[in-house]
Amino acid sequence: MALDRWIALAFIALVCVYGYAAFFTMDDSLPPILRRNPIWPSTFPKILTILGLIVGLIVLFTPKPGGPKPAKDGAIDLTRLGDYHIWQAGALLVLMVAYALTLRPLGFVGSTIGFLVLGSVLLGERRIHILLPVAGIAVGSIWYLVQEVLGIFLRPWPAMFM
Amino acid sequence: MLEGLLIGLSAAISPFNLMMVVMGCLIGTLIGMLPGLGPMSIIAIMIPVAIGIGDPTAALILLSGVYYGAIFGGSTSSILLNAPGVAGTVASSFDGYPMARKGQAGKALTIAAIASFAGGTIGAVLLMIFAPALSSVALLFHSAEYFALMVVGLSAIAAFAGTGQVAKALMMTILGLILGTVGEGALSNMPRFTFGMMDLQSGFSFITLAMAMFALPEALFLVMNPSRAATGDSGKIDNLRISKEEAKSIAPVIGRQSIQGFFIGVLPGAGATIASFLGYAVERNIAKGKEQEEFGKGSIKGLAAPESANNAACTGSFVPLLTLGIPGSGTTAILLGALLALNVTPGPRLMTDTPDVFWAVIISMYIGNLVLLILNLPLIPYIAKILTIPRTFLIPFILFFTLMGSYLGQNNSTELLILVGFGVIATILRFADYPLAPLLIGFILGTMLEDNFARAMQLYRGFGFILERPMTLGLLVLAALLVLLPSYRGYRARKRAEGVADGD
Repeated sequence: MALDRWIALAFIALVCVYGYAAFFTMDDSLPPILRRNPIWPSTFPKILTILGLIVGLIVLFTPKPGGPKPAKDGAIDLTRLGDYHIWQAGALLVLMVAYALTLRPLGFVGSTIGFLVLGSVLLGERRIHILLPVAGIAVGSIWYLVQEVLGIFLRPWPAMFM
Repeated sequence: MLEGLLIGLSAAISPFNLMMVVMGCLIGTLIGMLPGLGPMSIIAIMIPVAIGIGDPTAALILLSGVYYGAIFGGSTSSILLNAPGVAGTVASSFDGYPMARKGQAGKALTIAAIASFAGGTIGAVLLMIFAPALSSVALLFHSAEYFALMVVGLSAIAAFAGTGQVAKALMMTILGLILGTVGEGALSNMPRFTFGMMDLQSGFSFITLAMAMFALPEALFLVMNPSRAATGDSGKIDNLRISKEEAKSIAPVIGRQSIQGFFIGVLPGAGATIASFLGYAVERNIAKGKEQEEFGKGSIKGLAAPESANNAACTGSFVPLLTLGIPGSGTTAILLGALLALNVTPGPRLMTDTPDVFWAVIISMYIGNLVLLILNLPLIPYIAKILTIPRTFLIPFILFFTLMGSYLGQNNSTELLILVGFGVIATILRFADYPLAPLLIGFILGTMLEDNFARAMQLYRGFGFILERPMTLGLLVLAALLVLLPSYRGYRARKRAEGVADGD
């Protein structure tokens, strides 16, 4: 089965869970006074469930147009997935998660310099002497712009230092 | 009207107010360029500055300068990075980014600058002429019609977003609507589908979703397939000029979309986003043969249409604000708050009580558009230098801006984890050739759609509003046709293809 049908199947499963919540569990906590309303918080989700099931099934069962499709410029060919730098993309995703988890405990400056430097190194950059000053200047100026000009609080250093 | 224009002109061209226009446009363009910071957040941040000025005319001039500066700046990041900073410029990336990847970034930015200028200026002329009249038309629309209008918008987007794959686009629209229902509901403040998580109480953030749908998969694709970057990273922005033929071919598009965009912008709830998507869809649909195939691959018409439509719609959204005191969008709602803080009550009496405010804002729109054109055209080669940065530096920075954009909106690290999660899902969806724009637009319109639907249901005690209001019924029929016709055409084409294969 092609990937788009697997996605349609996953979508139908999601809609089933969503629909179960909308049809069977959501209305239990509705106060009696709101029950007299023609519209309940679950009305719109119920309509979406029905529409979602119909559309999901159509995508799942519509026959695909025959013949090979012309390859799009620069698109990823799923049959040759191993030829791409999948591990690099995966490592960057892990790095993003690590950034999310360290932003508060390490502070903006430390975690961002770490993210930018490690990200570039992961992608094959080896000129650390350029990388470090670029990351430092960028982080400093962005912190100044956000904190001082825009007035949005960003803790620059680890919590124990301030 | 002439008298009003003169009052406005004398107020707007005072050195201080001129400075406000220039400052507003500059700040708006620079911040709007950063993916993630949309006009709403920029205006919200600028409000204390504007109120500090004390003069309502200058304050409104500054804020509106920031508003269209942000929309204008947003198109730059859409074109160069495929990372729209503003929902209204998502459609600009459909053709702007392919153009940049073909090494035509300079041309794309020139077209965007000219189309935005024309859209904004035509919008300002229309605002001046139609402001009083249009407000009465917009008043005829009840929540039932707004609901139906949004359904038409969503169907049109689904019908045109995916070539020959309407069902997939519809599926994405519904997924967007489903995501939009997470959080507190339309009528009651009951949390829905939050699974007990406090972070989901206010729903998913639009910026996070926009980043996850567009910027993140693009950056990941760049990592996985470096040849993708090689095609666009020429960095030569030497071809800023557009030829006479190109100018001729986009002129009618700009004209049509400025007018259409303006009228869509007037309707509350519609705004720049839907104007740009509809503008793109309409132009794609009326284009012939080869030109139609070009859409999505770097068509100049496909770039000019949303650019003129979104700027015209921004101007249009001032109509209900200035004449009725009703904000049509989140951004104008923030403007309304600023005006009230400055002791100016927008509404029908604004034109008679404080004509200097009303007309000065309109005049400053012309000046603002001129400033934006003068500002952006000479700066284009410098802006486009971003493409010459090596990918080992560029990609971590794109990812960082993506993360920052969603973090600053909510000041919450959980948002970053949600971003990564949605980014992975969006990348898989792109692998399978699912269009992502319908998902995002479904998500943005979802809340408004449900609000209006709920109001109509309450007013008519059920689904009666569909039959009792002919305009609603007409619009809903139109929406159904929009979805069914391309599907039917696709079905017939498939049958015919099968017939040929069988030797029929």
